[in-house]
Amino acid sequence: MTFLTYFLNGLQAGSIYALIALGYTMVYGIVKLINFAHGDVMMVGAYVALFSLTSFNLPLWATVLVTMLFTAVLGVVIERFAYKPLRKSARISALITAIGVSLLLQNLVMLIFSPNPLPFPDPLKAAPVFEIGGLKVSTLTVGTIVAAFILMAILTLFITKTRMGKAMRAVSEDTGAAILMGINVNTTISVTFAIGSALASFAAILYVLAYPQIQPYMGSMPGLKAFVAAVLGGIGIIPGAMVGGMVLGIAESLTKGYISSQFSDAVVFGILILVLLFKPSGLFGRNVREKV
Amino acid sequence: MKLSKIQRSYLYNALAVVGVFIVLYVLQLTGLIGRYYQGILLTLLINIVLTVSLNLATGFLGQLTLGHAGFVSVGAYTAALISLRSGLPEAVAFPIALVSGGVVAAVFGIMIGIPALRLRGDYLAIITLGFGEIIRVVILNLKFTGGASGLNGIPIMTNFPYAYSIAVLTITVMFLLIRSRHGRAIISIREDEIAAESSGINTTYYKLLAFTIAAFFAGVAGGLQAHMLFVIDANKFGFIYSVDIMVMVVLGGMGSITGSILAASILTILPELLRDLAQYRMLIYSILLIVLMLYRPAGLLGRHELSQKILGQWAGRLGGKKRTPTTPDSPEA
Repeated sequence: MTFLTYFLNGLQAGSIYALIALGYTMVYGIVKLINFAHGDVMMVGAYVALFSLTSFNLPLWATVLVTMLFTAVLGVVIERFAYKPLRKSARISALITAIGVSLLLQNLVMLIFSPNPLPFPDPLKAAPVFEIGGLKVSTLTVGTIVAAFILMAILTLFITKTRMGKAMRAVSEDTGAAILMGINVNTTISVTFAIGSALASFAAILYVLAYPQIQPYMGSMPGLKAFVAAVLGGIGIIPGAMVGGMVLGIAESLTKGYISSQFSDAVVFGILILVLLFKPSGLFGRNVREKV
Repeated sequence: MKLSKIQRSYLYNALAVVGVFIVLYVLQLTGLIGRYYQGILLTLLINIVLTVSLNLATGFLGQLTLGHAGFVSVGAYTAALISLRSGLPEAVAFPIALVSGGVVAAVFGIMIGIPALRLRGDYLAIITLGFGEIIRVVILNLKFTGGASGLNGIPIMTNFPYAYSIAVLTITVMFLLIRSRHGRAIISIREDEIAAESSGINTTYYKLLAFTIAAFFAGVAGGLQAHMLFVIDANKFGFIYSVDIMVMVVLGGMGSITGSILAASILTILPELLRDLAQYRMLIYSILLIVLMLYRPAGLLGRHELSQKILGQWAGRLGGKKRTPTTPDSPEA
């Protein structure tokens, strides 16, 4: 039974990683930028959720909506002011800018709310604990996994069925050709950032419900791991991020359970290195041959 | 005549290096540069070593790596362990510790470089980031490295003459390397890897060479740092530290050694100047970083070197005069 417990915990963590990883992967797929500020957008989401719950006494569902809306706008603003001017310059300049944005968000939050961790309330305190064949599962675990799957299903439908989703796929396939076909690339990129950031803040709420403490640096480690998940699945590939997140969460949880909790980070990065060495384009990636 | 010109510029540079050393050293001995500023000066010199070494891998070889801190950490721990455990007198152990720190870091550079350098661009950045994090986590969990509390009681041996000569040595080695046949091979890989390969350049060998040399100097810098701080802790050498070094390289200009020196100096001194604004320090730093990337993405110097020639031109432009006749373009030191 312990195995199942670890597995479910892993699935819970994996759902959170997968939601954050989607933002990384969508952004990378479309502008070829590792958005290092993504984890910090998630952190900002956690703070917004805290104030919406405590200062404005909004119910959980309204908090989720407010937070997602706020971070979506934040993501679009960041893209407009920091990344858009660099779209045509060297990759590394954009990367450094992303790191700059990440530092900016962390320090801004630190100035406004102090660097001390703040406790996060538990609105699911009274929620029932399910018992399936002797295995105790909290509402949060079930809720996290179900919510993540619903969101991913919606996202998949959005990407495959709508016009905007089609535009996003087109821009990521070939930006130049997409422009010639009359696709508004700027709008498409903005929408991508908005969706990615909103998903990250949703993940942030799930994360702080599980680990009820928030502080300005909380975004960097889950951010980094989600990024590993995105690479694991094949960066730029949406189903890849989902599977990558789940695999990573489960691997991490099993390591914590059976080997040692200190080494779980090493295992996460070890998996990353193995995947990169044997299949650099990720589990779901295709190999693209370089042409001269 | 040409040879004598080069020789003359080497002589000027050597004199300048010795001159700067004497001035700074005398200022320290007379107490005009206080202890606090001496500390900053040491950090600055270490940062120069780190930035110049990373510039070889990122600026000249053109491979984006985000795991430089891992090598610093390996070097720091190796050097500290030798100083603490070898039983040799401190003054004898220190140089041995520094060199061993560099060598062990270089060995790690080879071990990581062989698999990692098969990847390119963003993927290389990610894999080096992964290796850096693994080094950190492993050091934090090993017995002989002191685990999470790190190592303490390391003799404080890093002083100005040591740090200065190592910085000068690093810069000199980089300049000579870049201007040699090997250096041109390394630069050709940055310009176009496929073209370099078809011209008969063993790209794997040169990539590994540059990567290993960079790791070596990072290890030496780590050793210096360990013997400056009394305590070391692997958490200091995390991903953020790699980013800090990378920011210095990019700010100075990828592929400009003098740019690296300039950027390392600015980014070490600036935060100290902003100390009064302690709360806003990092905020200002991050905004500066973004603004700089937006308006000068190639860094302060781009790929140029700050030489007597360029300085002369700038001085001429500032004075509004016609361009001054220039002294020969010299290798800086």
